[in-house]
Amino acid sequence: MASNKRKVPEVNSSSQADIAFSLLIFFLVATTMNTDTGLARMLPPMPPENQQQEDIKVKERNLFLVLISGNGAIMAGTPNNQEIIDLRQLTEKAKEFVLNPYNDENLPEMKEEEFDLPDGSKWVYPVSQGVISLQTTRDTGYQAYIQVQNELTRAFNEIRDAVAETKFGAKFADLPEEQRAIVTKAVPLKISEAEPRNIKK
Amino acid sequence: MAVMNKKGKKELPAISTSSLPDVIYMILFFFMVSTTMRDQELLVRYKLPEATEVQKLEKKSLVSYIHIGQPSLSMQAKFGTAPRIQLNDSYKTTKDILDFVAAERDQLSEADRALMTVCLKADGMTKMGIVTDVKQELRRANALKINYAAAKSLGY
Repeated sequence: MASNKRKVPEVNSSSQADIAFSLLIFFLVATTMNTDTGLARMLPPMPPENQQQEDIKVKERNLFLVLISGNGAIMAGTPNNQEIIDLRQLTEKAKEFVLNPYNDENLPEMKEEEFDLPDGSKWVYPVSQGVISLQTTRDTGYQAYIQVQNELTRAFNEIRDAVAETKFGAKFADLPEEQRAIVTKAVPLKISEAEPRNIKK
Repeated sequence: MAVMNKKGKKELPAISTSSLPDVIYMILFFFMVSTTMRDQELLVRYKLPEATEVQKLEKKSLVSYIHIGQPSLSMQAKFGTAPRIQLNDSYKTTKDILDFVAAERDQLSEADRALMTVCLKADGMTKMGIVTDVKQELRRANALKINYAAAKSLGY
């Protein structure tokens, strides 16, 4: 009876804060907070080595060349009509090329394609056949290259936004997964990254 | 007596610290949830290029990193300042990328292998020559999903 009455002493919890502090400091030191961001791309698969390399024929009107020189100057345009432009003009030029708003004969063809919408109906949209070809020299800075990639991505994002807005009434980023896949198919990101030109000095 | 008490007990009572551990635990859990483990030590220095249209890199377990840049300050005496490629924890050349990709791919489960992404973290001052060599090597290794790491900026 007497032993039952004896109280168990309470565990001293004054050092709990210290333990929590040391855990906290460990996590502060051993972890990083930065999330990685970047521009996603798909590389073209390597052709088999023994196979003769055939250049894929692209009609001239369907090709938009963007060349970045060693000092960062940009030359862009369809093969017969290239000019040196500023980085800020690139987005508009790329958009004009992809969309071909006035059905210009020198700008890419449109091929009507049918898409199945999630609600079962069909949707016909003229898909641009244009390909943007990006070429650099070995001396081009990576920063300049990323800036150009960024402008081209911006052009495609703006087109996708516009298409999503007219068709589904919302921005591309706010659409549900299936609708986004359809818009992506309607406006494919066609950027070809050729190997750099070896320019001898 | 009442007068005596007023005179004697002018001190403020001590602030109770019994909830301090709870507060610290809250901060701790915040950090545990919102951060990721530092997985490798950087041997190269880089300042990522800036872009506006960047997307977040999802599913970190599927991402392998290739770092390109100048050797970090402590290594410069030994390795000079020419840009280097870092794979895992050492300097490598483009020839090692094939093995690196194969090893990284082996670590993933069968279903995830097609989704493997290679994140290129290169310094903005790097020349495209070395980046292109890496890209050609990645094509050869059939790691086609890549991501050019860039910091988010607000534009011009």
